[in-house]
Amino acid sequence: MAHQIIATGRSRTGIPTGRLAVWWVIGSEILIFGGLIAAYLLNRFNHGPSWSVEAANTNTLIGACNTFWLLTSSLFVVYAHAASERRDAAKTRMWIWLTILLGGFFMGFKAYEYTTEIHHGFTLFTSNFWSFYYTATGLHGFHVLCGMVILAIIAEGDIKKKQNWHRVENIGLYWHFVDIIWIFLFPLMYIAK
Amino acid sequence: MFEFLDKFMPGILESLIPRASEFAIEIDVLFDVITILVGFWFVLVLGYFFYLVFRYRHREGQKAKYVTGETHRQKQAIEIPHFLILACDIVIIIPTFVVWYNVKIEVPPPDEEVRIVAQQWAWTFYHAGEDEILGTDDDIVSINELHVKENTQYTYHLESRDVMHSFSVPVFRLKQDAVPGRVITGHFKPILTGEWDIQCAEMCGVAHGIMGARIFIKNEAEHKEWLAMNTPIDLGGSFLAVAGEDEITELKEDKNNG
Amino acid sequence: MAEVAPAEVGHGDTHDDHHEESFWSKYVFSTDHKIIGFQYMFTGMAMALIGGYFAYVFRMQLAFPGSSIPFWGTLSPAAYNSLVTNHGTIMIFWVAMPVLIAAMGNFCIPLMIGCDDMVFPRVNRLSYQIFLLSAIVLIISFFVPGGGFGGAWTAYPPLSAKAAYNSTPFGAPLWLIAVTLEIVAFLLGGINFITTTMNARAKGMKIYDIPMLVWMIVIASILFMCSVGPLIAGAVMLLFDQTLGTSFFDAAAGGDPVLWQHLFWFFGHPEVYVVLLPAMGIVAEVVCVFARKKLFAYKLILYSTIGLGILSFFVWAHHQFISGVDPRATYLFTTTTLLISIPVAIILFAFIATLYGGSIRFSTAMLFALAFIAEFLLGGVTGIWLGSSGVDIYLHDTYFVLAHFHYTFVPIAIIAVFAAVYHWFPKMFGRKMNETWGKIHFWGTIISFNGIFIPLFILGSAGQHRRIYNFQNYPDLAGQNMQDMRVFATMCLVLMLAFQVIFIVNFIVSLKRGEKAGRNPWNATTLEWITESPPPHGNFGTTMPEVYRGPYEYSVEGREKDFWPQNEKPDSETT
Repeated sequence: MAHQIIATGRSRTGIPTGRLAVWWVIGSEILIFGGLIAAYLLNRFNHGPSWSVEAANTNTLIGACNTFWLLTSSLFVVYAHAASERRDAAKTRMWIWLTILLGGFFMGFKAYEYTTEIHHGFTLFTSNFWSFYYTATGLHGFHVLCGMVILAIIAEGDIKKKQNWHRVENIGLYWHFVDIIWIFLFPLMYIAK
Repeated sequence: MFEFLDKFMPGILESLIPRASEFAIEIDVLFDVITILVGFWFVLVLGYFFYLVFRYRHREGQKAKYVTGETHRQKQAIEIPHFLILACDIVIIIPTFVVWYNVKIEVPPPDEEVRIVAQQWAWTFYHAGEDEILGTDDDIVSINELHVKENTQYTYHLESRDVMHSFSVPVFRLKQDAVPGRVITGHFKPILTGEWDIQCAEMCGVAHGIMGARIFIKNEAEHKEWLAMNTPIDLGGSFLAVAGEDEITELKEDKNNG
Repeated sequence: MAEVAPAEVGHGDTHDDHHEESFWSKYVFSTDHKIIGFQYMFTGMAMALIGGYFAYVFRMQLAFPGSSIPFWGTLSPAAYNSLVTNHGTIMIFWVAMPVLIAAMGNFCIPLMIGCDDMVFPRVNRLSYQIFLLSAIVLIISFFVPGGGFGGAWTAYPPLSAKAAYNSTPFGAPLWLIAVTLEIVAFLLGGINFITTTMNARAKGMKIYDIPMLVWMIVIASILFMCSVGPLIAGAVMLLFDQTLGTSFFDAAAGGDPVLWQHLFWFFGHPEVYVVLLPAMGIVAEVVCVFARKKLFAYKLILYSTIGLGILSFFVWAHHQFISGVDPRATYLFTTTTLLISIPVAIILFAFIATLYGGSIRFSTAMLFALAFIAEFLLGGVTGIWLGSSGVDIYLHDTYFVLAHFHYTFVPIAIIAVFAAVYHWFPKMFGRKMNETWGKIHFWGTIISFNGIFIPLFILGSAGQHRRIYNFQNYPDLAGQNMQDMRVFATMCLVLMLAFQVIFIVNFIVSLKRGEKAGRNPWNATTLEWITESPPPHGNFGTTMPEVYRGPYEYSVEGREKDFWPQNEKPDSETT
């Protein structure tokens, strides 16, 4: 690896550079999901009755469970961050892996949910509501998966070696963002019937 | 509303292409108003620019001044022109709103209606026929030819069978996109007889460039003649526009047999 | 406020600082911002040749319909549409953006703010690699069965969504994937421009000491990031429509084609300011250096730029006045569109005012910077005709629009870029480009450029529509006068392309044989000029610069030299 970059070490604003970068990524992701959700909303307003009929078939119970998994996992990632501030490697890794576990539950429940829906004939092509449903929740699920992978890399690659503690806060920020997107998707797709 | 200005205006668009609709003059006048206001500023600013470039070119012994642009007078040098431009913008916005309302929002009660269907890659026009009512048996259908009567208020209903198209009649100064899944309504009133282009104004595939049609604006007499010649044969029209000889005989026979 | 780390030791000559680098790690897989900047610049220039070639081919078809075009052959209507589509797409996404933002940003920002590299060098490298991949995917799309996508760079569905309509079953999705990859590359690149400028500035460089070019690229990156998200969402939806058969944009199945238009133009309008801002930044730098003048009203320019950025989010539907949106919405969009002329006017006036009281030297770079001001002024004002919804009913989709956006885009992507290249070439490569040939290149380019597009304003006003393969098919447009104008415009294009040969030869020859340039051949004040030409790895050697004043202290009263570099210690601190 090349020598240390001076630029990376500077912080004229006082905010760590890594955190600035994560906010940038979150900002662009908010716009992407924002666009998708805005398009969904416009369609929902224009096609009220027919979309309500379709939306009645989403599984609110699973959606609610998934909301619980994600909200709790966000709590766990806060504990992980607190542990990292104390430089407690063991606890940090534990909380990170618990976060990943709950993420896994989310993905598992989603897999079951998708399978059941497809089995009942609701696929990506069934209607525009379902196209939006699978695209939005699928894109979100992909982000959850990526978050889980990065959490694992940080736990085993950095925290295990007691280095780069700031990365726990950064991935925590990302994880909260993923959670917040779900907070928007859940009522739109599961509650508004 | 602002048509009276036309006699003071250079009539730029009219010098390039005739005005064949009642509202064309409004759009032309607005175009000219913008040309005059914007042209004035453009010439002024560009002129000042060239003057500065010439006046402050480097010569032996000449030194530049230290000017921050932050003093009150210097800021005014920018702010005053900017308020004047804002004023010009408002002068342009008001007639813009009026013209837009007249062409695109208000739909005057029609003397006749016409249905326009765009598709890859042709235009189908449904004319009202002799009874002047669209949607009856005597409607005349033509491909790539729109036949209208002078001094008649038309409402058009525009559709698309497949992709986005756009119905554009430059001599009317009229344009409207055709959106699949919708029927879009608008209006025009021809005021000049003649024959001109209709173009498709939205990329619609391989033959977008050869999807031209023609508009035929006729006076009362010519239009009557066209109606008579093109009314469907079984309704008493004197000449069937599209079918061949055999079909005429067959149809006649059907009718006789009841 | 955390300041710089206590012991900032830059890249020097000690043993630790020498790392053996192979050709591959030095030039291909480098994380050095200067090399990555070059990679973007040369890729962008290569794509410009392709885009320019496409323009040559389709203009030859318009001038001499049906003829066999030299270096192409006869042009079919499908291929015509494909060339027109990809000319636009390439010039915006693969020329303007990489050269203006990624090349200028990468090369200039760390140098101008006094640090040794971007804060995330490996993300920087990744962004170029994804960008290169996007260019390769686009080029592949030209050679697949069915040919390259031909539905215009705006890609309106349903045409772009169904192969049954567009006849390019592979070209259309590949085009869309290429554009999406390019967008991802620039989102990644943006991370560096913004965080580096915010956090890695030299000691003493306060907010208003930052060179305007750096500000412009940073604001452009923020603008890009805030506007492109909905387009990515739309691109995913369009890709699904194209490849999986969903119906997001299919009216018959409950979708809405106009939704794409909104998602596209919500990005499309801020995008033009994304490329405009760096171009204006370049012009600001060059004008100050060669007029020996401080930039007029720096803060006003900065605030107007931010205002411009914000306002640019509220004008998008002026591209859709007659496209089937609610006609009452046009009242709002006409108003915002006409108002947006104000911040742009302020910035241009400030540039012009910078010339007042100056001592102007007409280097090639300065000639191009001045030409930008004049030509962009014309481009910008012609937007007023189009922003007025009433007149736009007539002018929409005509060559008037085309001439308008070329009078804005060519100054942005070509004229300002030439100014930048002639100006920073000595810093990049240690040698100057030849000034005489530069001036010939300048006059040849500018005169022929105007010859191409002035006739197009007239043709557009006469009702000539865009994207039409052969105007001889339209009796009203087939007259000799009009055809003569088309031929004239095409000949000017050929001339303009020919003059670029001079630039290319000048560039290549000067790399090896140009007059050697010292550290500061133009006697400029910003930090990039204090280091060697070309800058070494690590940019500033062992001592990182410190800043004591603003970036444009030229011709300060009472001083002997007519420039006062940012890093020179104040008089009170020198012996």
